[in-house]
Amino acid sequence: MNEKLLEINLQTNGASLDFSGELTLYNLTQAQSLIETNQLSNSQTIIINLTKAQYLDTAFALFLTDIQEEYNAEIKCSNKNFLHTLDLTREHKKRLDVTDDIHKKSIFEYLGKTFYESYRSFISFMEFIGKIFISFLLYFKSIKNIRIKEIGFEINESAVRAFGIVALTSFLIGLVTAYQAAYQLQRYGGNIFIVDMMGISIFRELAPLITAIVIAGRSGSAYTAQIGAMKITQEIDAMRTMGFDPYTFLVLPRIIALIIMLPILIFVSDMMAMLGGIIVADLSLDLTPSLFLDRLSEVVAIKHFYVGLIKGPFFAFLIASIGIYRGLMVKDDTQSIGFNTTKSVVESLFAVIVCDAIFSIAFTNLGI
Amino acid sequence: MELIKVKDVKTVFGEKVVHDGLNLHVDEGEIYGLLGPSGCGKTTLLREMVMLQEFEAGSIEILGKKIENISEEDAQELRRKWGVLFQFGALFSSLTLAENIALALREYSTLSEAMIQEIVAFKLDLVGLKPSDAFLYPSEISGGMRKKAGIARALAMDPKLLFLDEPTSGLDPISAREFDELILQLRSMLGLTIVIVTHDLHSIYNTLDRMAIIDNKKVAYEGSLEEVTSVKNDFIQTFFRDKI
Repeated sequence: MNEKLLEINLQTNGASLDFSGELTLYNLTQAQSLIETNQLSNSQTIIINLTKAQYLDTAFALFLTDIQEEYNAEIKCSNKNFLHTLDLTREHKKRLDVTDDIHKKSIFEYLGKTFYESYRSFISFMEFIGKIFISFLLYFKSIKNIRIKEIGFEINESAVRAFGIVALTSFLIGLVTAYQAAYQLQRYGGNIFIVDMMGISIFRELAPLITAIVIAGRSGSAYTAQIGAMKITQEIDAMRTMGFDPYTFLVLPRIIALIIMLPILIFVSDMMAMLGGIIVADLSLDLTPSLFLDRLSEVVAIKHFYVGLIKGPFFAFLIASIGIYRGLMVKDDTQSIGFNTTKSVVESLFAVIVCDAIFSIAFTNLGI
Repeated sequence: MELIKVKDVKTVFGEKVVHDGLNLHVDEGEIYGLLGPSGCGKTTLLREMVMLQEFEAGSIEILGKKIENISEEDAQELRRKWGVLFQFGALFSSLTLAENIALALREYSTLSEAMIQEIVAFKLDLVGLKPSDAFLYPSEISGGMRKKAGIARALAMDPKLLFLDEPTSGLDPISAREFDELILQLRSMLGLTIVIVTHDLHSIYNTLDRMAIIDNKKVAYEGSLEEVTSVKNDFIQTFFRDKI
């Protein structure tokens, strides 16, 4: 720009602000800082001279009317378009009374809000759980209500198709734990104890947890995304108006499917992890598979196996209900699905681990 | 002065020819309508003008720049000189109305926060929204408000040219007439040139200075409302005669 945007001519009893060139929002900040450095006071008579300006946009006009008010200045301008723009901004400014109250949040307000929001979301989750139980009661009042087809579909989608990944993950975990233990046990000549260790840790803890983690990451997140997308496209509203209760059609089939299937998946996980253990025992500890299995039935009580399976339905309920709840919480905007899917996986994993800890304490105190 | 010149534009989708030898021009300061039966490629032409879609042959000149072989810098500069309102507003759903309007200002200018807030409030008032609406999210407002907010966002950078894609569709008749009024007001207040794609007969009569009727891949008529009914074309005859 070869022309100067703003020339400030200070006089004895005032100042004249001579603007020239194109006055747009791109050079507004420049003009603003020029005026601020020159410390004008409102006792002087200030003249805003626009006779040399070529173009004026509404942002700059807003700025000029601000200066005019602040310094009680006079605007010198002959261009009709400029006057029109200035009048327009003045007229709209009058109606606004400027929203100067961009207030900054204090940490207490922020904390309070966060706390209140988590309290509210806890309450709404409880409400959701309550609704599920009522729907369950209504559901089982008559055998006709049970939607076998939907449940079958969900069993296939969220559990049968997960057999492969659950089996593979469990096999690898079995392999790895046995391999780590083998080295330690060998140093003490306690090769045979690999059976005790594997039996208890896999059956009681590892298999149920691994299965729950894989299913939460795979099927729980899918529930959130499916139901969330249905909410955004108003499919759930459409179902309601047509008299299809979303709880009967969407929520319960998914929960029931997982409750039925998770123990079966845990069983698969048990078997595959044990297979991994047997292979490592054979290869690095010279423990033949038949010896391994004999020892297993001798020292590992059947209750450990049942303890693992009994956790299945509880984990399933947590994963499915949190996944669906998060799906129903999706709001009408694009980021909401991603946000809720992440939350669904994190929350369901956390819930599963808390539930597992409670089981541990309870079983220990019961002597199981 | 001609702000938009469309010359011999040809558009092809797969095997289907949408436009073939399409010509029109838009003068400065006018409200120009793109009309035609559904599927004639009105919205496609609008998308071609704002560089969302490429065309097969011909040339489109906007504000003196030929967009078929424009450099990236020129294209960016051009994008700041126009505003576009999409059919459903296309507001960014994760931002409030104020943030939607302020987005371009924050990105392209060095304005202070207070100044940006003032401009946002001004633009909201200009399109007839309340200052308290600024903090709402797009999912919390009605369709009509969404379109108004869309216009406010399009006006954020003080464009010379405004493109509106079916601005009154989906609005109730009263809101639609208010919207026509708003378009006229904005033109006289800000000296805008406005290109509208529309089906709404009332809007056509209320707002348009000139229009192009696209039918059968070409412009069947270009000019003012007065002479349109004299044109021999099936679409024009059914569209204008039956309603009048």
